[in-house]
Amino acid sequence: MRKWLLAAGVALGLGALAQGGKLEIFSWWAGDEGPALEALIRLYKQKYPGVEVINATVTGGAGVNAKAVLKTRMLGGNPPDTFQVHAGQELIGTWVVADRMEDLTPLFRQEGWLQAFPKGLLDLISYRGGIWSVPVNIHRSNVMWYLPAKLKEWGVAPPKTWAEFLATCQTLKAKGLQAPLALGENWTQQHLWESVALGLLGPEGWNNLWKGKLKFTDPKAVAVWETFGKVLDCANKDAAGLSWQQAVDRVVQGQAAFNIMGDWAAGYMTTTLKLKPGADFAWAPSPGTQGVFMMLSDSFGLPKGAKNRQNALNWLKLVGSKEGQDTFNPLKGSIAARLDSDPAKYNAYGQAAMKDWKSNRIVGSLVHGAVAPESFMSQFGTVMEIFQQTKSPQAAANAAQAIASQVGLGR
Amino acid sequence: MRDRITAFLVLLPSLLAVGIFVYGFIGQNLWVSLTDWGKDPAQALALHPKLRFLGLENYRELFTGFVDVRFRQSAINLLFFTLFFMAGSLGLGLLLALALDRGPKGEGFFRTVFLFPMALSFVVTGTIWRWLLQPQGGVNVLPTLFGLPPLSFPWLTTREQALVFDWNRLPLYTALVVGLVLLHVAWRAYREGERRRLLWSAASGGVLLLWALTLGQRVHLLPYPEPHGLSLALVGVILAAVWQMSGYTMALYLAGLRGIPVEVLEAAKVDGASEWQTYRHVVFPLLAPITLSAMIVLGHIALKIFDLVFAMAGLDYAPTDVPAIYMYLLAFRGNQFAKGAAIGILLLLLVAVVVIPYLASQLRREVRR
Repeated sequence: MRKWLLAAGVALGLGALAQGGKLEIFSWWAGDEGPALEALIRLYKQKYPGVEVINATVTGGAGVNAKAVLKTRMLGGNPPDTFQVHAGQELIGTWVVADRMEDLTPLFRQEGWLQAFPKGLLDLISYRGGIWSVPVNIHRSNVMWYLPAKLKEWGVAPPKTWAEFLATCQTLKAKGLQAPLALGENWTQQHLWESVALGLLGPEGWNNLWKGKLKFTDPKAVAVWETFGKVLDCANKDAAGLSWQQAVDRVVQGQAAFNIMGDWAAGYMTTTLKLKPGADFAWAPSPGTQGVFMMLSDSFGLPKGAKNRQNALNWLKLVGSKEGQDTFNPLKGSIAARLDSDPAKYNAYGQAAMKDWKSNRIVGSLVHGAVAPESFMSQFGTVMEIFQQTKSPQAAANAAQAIASQVGLGR
Repeated sequence: MRDRITAFLVLLPSLLAVGIFVYGFIGQNLWVSLTDWGKDPAQALALHPKLRFLGLENYRELFTGFVDVRFRQSAINLLFFTLFFMAGSLGLGLLLALALDRGPKGEGFFRTVFLFPMALSFVVTGTIWRWLLQPQGGVNVLPTLFGLPPLSFPWLTTREQALVFDWNRLPLYTALVVGLVLLHVAWRAYREGERRRLLWSAASGGVLLLWALTLGQRVHLLPYPEPHGLSLALVGVILAAVWQMSGYTMALYLAGLRGIPVEVLEAAKVDGASEWQTYRHVVFPLLAPITLSAMIVLGHIALKIFDLVFAMAGLDYAPTDVPAIYMYLLAFRGNQFAKGAAIGILLLLLVAVVVIPYLASQLRREVRR
């Protein structure tokens, strides 16, 4: 019996070796997002049937747990062949500056991706002459969700600026709606903050903030906190205890008029709550951000010292291809990063987002890793807490600037 | 002689393992906490990071730095959590034990019910209590069962604080408390007639109090006032923790109560002691060693608390923050390894303060035997 097992084991091992080894893919896509990744892996297996794919998923939204595991593995000298990471500074400020990633520019040239992806995106994933990861999807951060039927009932229109928003909020409060804006736990508050900041500073000012050209203590940046405080007054007081889904629920149930959340909210409302995009619920760019697409993106990179480098490169090729992106994104509820993907595969929201993606100005999201390194992002939660506790725009601005200087933002 | 060599050889592997994996790593952690690992993002995760020695800079930043306000709140939270958790678990455990000691019907059943929560992990407890403490459900709708209006207390999400004080006054308060404790020790030494102890404790207590009342008034850790206090959001967490651990203290106390010889109680009765007097002068003093052991166990659980808060309030909510959570955030999310290591060392010191005197007294007792 044991001999037989041993023989089988050896045969299996040899077989895998002969057909082209292994590929370990490290990600945090489990649960709702699992099927999208599995579809992509299936496609990979069709193309490279000999490769044994190891799906090393670590659960936890936005990679909260996966990132810690990844750090342990990288520090221990055991990197996965390729890993999921938010495109932009979260990768660059953590792993690229530490010289742990391979430059993927040759791959981008070879595959013609320099034309396939929009320039704004390429800028965000480039650093010191290199391009560091292959974006597989795009989500939009600056979206305001509402129910058209409810707004009609209350007699208000979706506000176009933050000043309008505050006026609308007062109108709704006068009509007995206690919290016109639905808000969730700490990170969704930061998510709201980035929409307020983009709306008030404009895309230029927003980018300057992350290049270090506009100080957080500049009166313009301090004013963001002032408006943010007023916007918070429109929100529910038990925010800290709610998940983002529960915050969306408040809008759906008519307890709140607006919610500002990334476009995974569209996926939640269509798939889980069975609402019809465009009819049952609707969306608009968050106030003051018309014509600007604040993006975040999941991407894959190639760590130095990957054991199965060629297999990983093949994976990256698939991830960046039109076929790969159109397999993955309709299932994930995001849109393709490429400009040439097929709109017919997406629902009403997806098609609208694709149109904006192609025509709008592209900037990166703070909370979702595009514009600031991890060391800044993780401490921005503390800044948010300082503001919540003291209600002082100046104190929050000072703290943000102190952290920015400490981590060398924009250097 | 040969026996001794064999014994030594048998012990050697575990001695080596403990030496490397416990004390070696404590040493490494201490070294890391004195460096700048994580200050420069380019070095934080490099293959061979270059570390520079900073001395106590990380510790200074934690206590007086501008951005580490969260650490200070978490330290205060830990203090209050430990206090109320220990008091709650000991008090409730003692009450339950006293009730069960009278041998009510179905004693075995109740004993199991009370002890059961201890079998759960803190993560399970935390998840259940998070549901119970939802603003619009659980505990808050209890009154409606009796036709009363529901409560509206936002258990885990309130930002309110009680007993608010300025962080700058902390050295002052610490000196006052330690000084008073020392004076109390001196008073007891006086009663027991130990002159040396009396002299030492009275002198050091006096110096501390004198410092607190004169120079201590002028010490400022921060250039601005920074209010901290008991976070009311912690109340829910304390409730859950007490629920989990009071069964354990009940079991300890029950064993203690059952261990009191009947003769002693009868003697008290014969001497005409009332029930209260029996408890006050006979039962409680006999339970004192049990209280001490329970305090050690509860104390180190409280100081290391992480999973319960993680499950109940998440990592990002500062009003329920504790140092272990802030350490995790700094090290594994923010790549501030040196500062995380510094918090680790501080927690180790705190646990040592609780455990070492206990171990020492145990050891002394064993030697005496």
